[in-house]
Amino acid sequence: MSLKRSLTYLSAVATVLALCTGAAIADTTLEFAQWWEPEMPAGALRGIMNDFEAANPGIKVKLISGPYSATHDQIVAGAASGTLSDVVGLDGAWVNGLAKQGAIAPLDPLMDAAKYDRSQIADIIKVDGKSYMFPLASFVYPVFINLDLAKAAGVDRLPSTRNEFADAAKKMTHPDKNQYGWVLPLSLQTPNGIQNDVMSWVWASGGSMLKDGKPDLENPGVVGALEFVKSLNDAGVISPGIDATKEQDKVEQFVNGRVGMMIDSLAHINLIRKRNPNLHFGISALPAVEGYAGKRGLPYASWGIGISANSKHKEEAWKLVAYLMSPEVNGKLVSLANAFPGNVNAKPDFSKSDPLFAEAFKIFQAGKLANEFVGLPVAEQLMREMDVEVQKMLAGQETPQQVVANTQKEWLADFAK
Amino acid sequence: MQATLSRRAFVSYATRRKLVPYAYVAPAMALFALLMLYPMIAVFRYSLMDGAIIKRNPTFVGFANYVANFENPVFWQAVGQTLYFTSLSVIFHLAIGMGFALLLNSPLVNPTLRSLLRTLYVLPWLFTAVIIAIIWRLLLDPEGVINAILMALHVVGHKVEWFSSTTTALDALTFVNVWAGYPLYMVSLLAGLQGVPKELYEAAGIDGANAIEKFRFITVPQLTPIIISIALLDFIWTMQVFPLVWTITGGGPIYSTEVMSTYTYKQAFADYDFSMASSSAICILLMSLSATYFYVKHQKAQ
Repeated sequence: MSLKRSLTYLSAVATVLALCTGAAIADTTLEFAQWWEPEMPAGALRGIMNDFEAANPGIKVKLISGPYSATHDQIVAGAASGTLSDVVGLDGAWVNGLAKQGAIAPLDPLMDAAKYDRSQIADIIKVDGKSYMFPLASFVYPVFINLDLAKAAGVDRLPSTRNEFADAAKKMTHPDKNQYGWVLPLSLQTPNGIQNDVMSWVWASGGSMLKDGKPDLENPGVVGALEFVKSLNDAGVISPGIDATKEQDKVEQFVNGRVGMMIDSLAHINLIRKRNPNLHFGISALPAVEGYAGKRGLPYASWGIGISANSKHKEEAWKLVAYLMSPEVNGKLVSLANAFPGNVNAKPDFSKSDPLFAEAFKIFQAGKLANEFVGLPVAEQLMREMDVEVQKMLAGQETPQQVVANTQKEWLADFAK
Repeated sequence: MQATLSRRAFVSYATRRKLVPYAYVAPAMALFALLMLYPMIAVFRYSLMDGAIIKRNPTFVGFANYVANFENPVFWQAVGQTLYFTSLSVIFHLAIGMGFALLLNSPLVNPTLRSLLRTLYVLPWLFTAVIIAIIWRLLLDPEGVINAILMALHVVGHKVEWFSSTTTALDALTFVNVWAGYPLYMVSLLAGLQGVPKELYEAAGIDGANAIEKFRFITVPQLTPIIISIALLDFIWTMQVFPLVWTITGGGPIYSTEVMSTYTYKQAFADYDFSMASSSAICILLMSLSATYFYVKHQKAQ
């Protein structure tokens, strides 16, 4: 072998070695799977990630974005195969299953190591006493009211109690004009109507469906809410087709002026404005039972965040979580997403948002977040089981007492699994 | 020389000749094993375990998941509704497909009109299940067009909640499936009709046969092989229909439109009980296999 050739080989080996060494000390790349990027203004989440990368040299973030349902499927598959992204966007309904499966990591050791101030977090979702998820941004569900229909029906103030709500719904109902007071989506395909449109009545009046983390449905709060829903159905003020109505149908009916009131996510304000710019509507907190003076529970959905149990870069992953939860970044993120912050010290800027957001923020601050399905095992299945019973009640096959008794039995079996 | 001899002794020419056909089918068999056989065996294995996929160390429970399913009244309701939905769909697909095929094959219809009708009648087949679901959910909405027409004609006296009432939901759903699926029959039967020799009809005409007799004794026997083939395939496919049922009713109201596919899906993706879901999936497989048995028998007989 000539000297020249030997040198060529040596330089090639040196180059490969240099590349390998370079790779070894190169940036840590975190995978971050979520469904938020498509729901935020174009480039907004990437921009926040770029800021994070600038503040944390050596860490890069790769966003894995898709629609909500695709992200869910991806997370279920990733959890089963042990290939979950380092940082994952979570829905409260998934947390229990993923935690029990050992797919997401408890955040307590990471918080302890970083001496993290837990009091700044609005809500920490726990399973068996361990913290697994922080709601990063919350979308509350107030009552939306078509002000034109209300005015025409002689409803001059936003209903604050159940009786006022029932009265307003009756006044706004005119079946001959295809117009109804309220819309209740109970399709079994997506049974979240149970959470947002039925159980929200319980939480708004300070009631609960759980006791010590276990089902406790046979209490007067839950029975009373079901009796109220039944009374509205008996009075014929609910838009027909309840059992086949989905959340998007509910919004559609409201947008078209076919229903006077609905309980819906604030995230839909922009959509409603876009679909019907002439619709004149307002929002209010969910009505409570007569005489209730406590804080009103506001149902909510959230963008939660957690860390994969299999992540090889938990420390870096925690840095990203802590960064997103910090008051400044959290405030910025929720302002962009038209949501409410997960950090109690965050000050979102709604000056560029719809004026209703500022109003909703007041309702949010006066009330409290309430969604007892968050963190429960097989939350969707629990809702579906109750949905079937509520459908039976509305069909006249069961009383509210039977609904809670049957659901309690089914839920206890689910909790015992 | 010695090496050649030993190789010859190891695989003789005759053996090699016998192995050649297997070598030809080997790639297809490998693909079949990888894409069909392995998933089927995996699902069967899951169905015999407790908490497959979800639990770290699932345990073998034998046929306990099957027993649990058989003890669930909703399972039997889903089986009954699947058979009802499937049977009615196949019967009406055939009847409507045959009717339209005869119409399009008839010399009595103007050729231009025939081309136009052919395009129109095949349209439902071009839509995806989601589009079909949206169209029919709107049409059959309590405030929808169909109710408005029926009420104007005094056929019904109130707004019928087609998909939201336990008495009408399954039939309404079957109707939508019939609408979505008849073009397959129409196109296949039309092709068959065009292949029936005209002489047969002429000879029957000379013998004094009327239109009904010609249909009964010439058309039907000539089309029987096609009818049996597509009816059996349709039976297997319809038994597994999922997107249409799921997007329209989700199995409700109550359990009135629960079919095997939605029942299985809920167990897997709402209850995260993949073992139970696997056992229901194996039941669907067995139901489909029974129809496949007749299909294969029919094909062999041909």
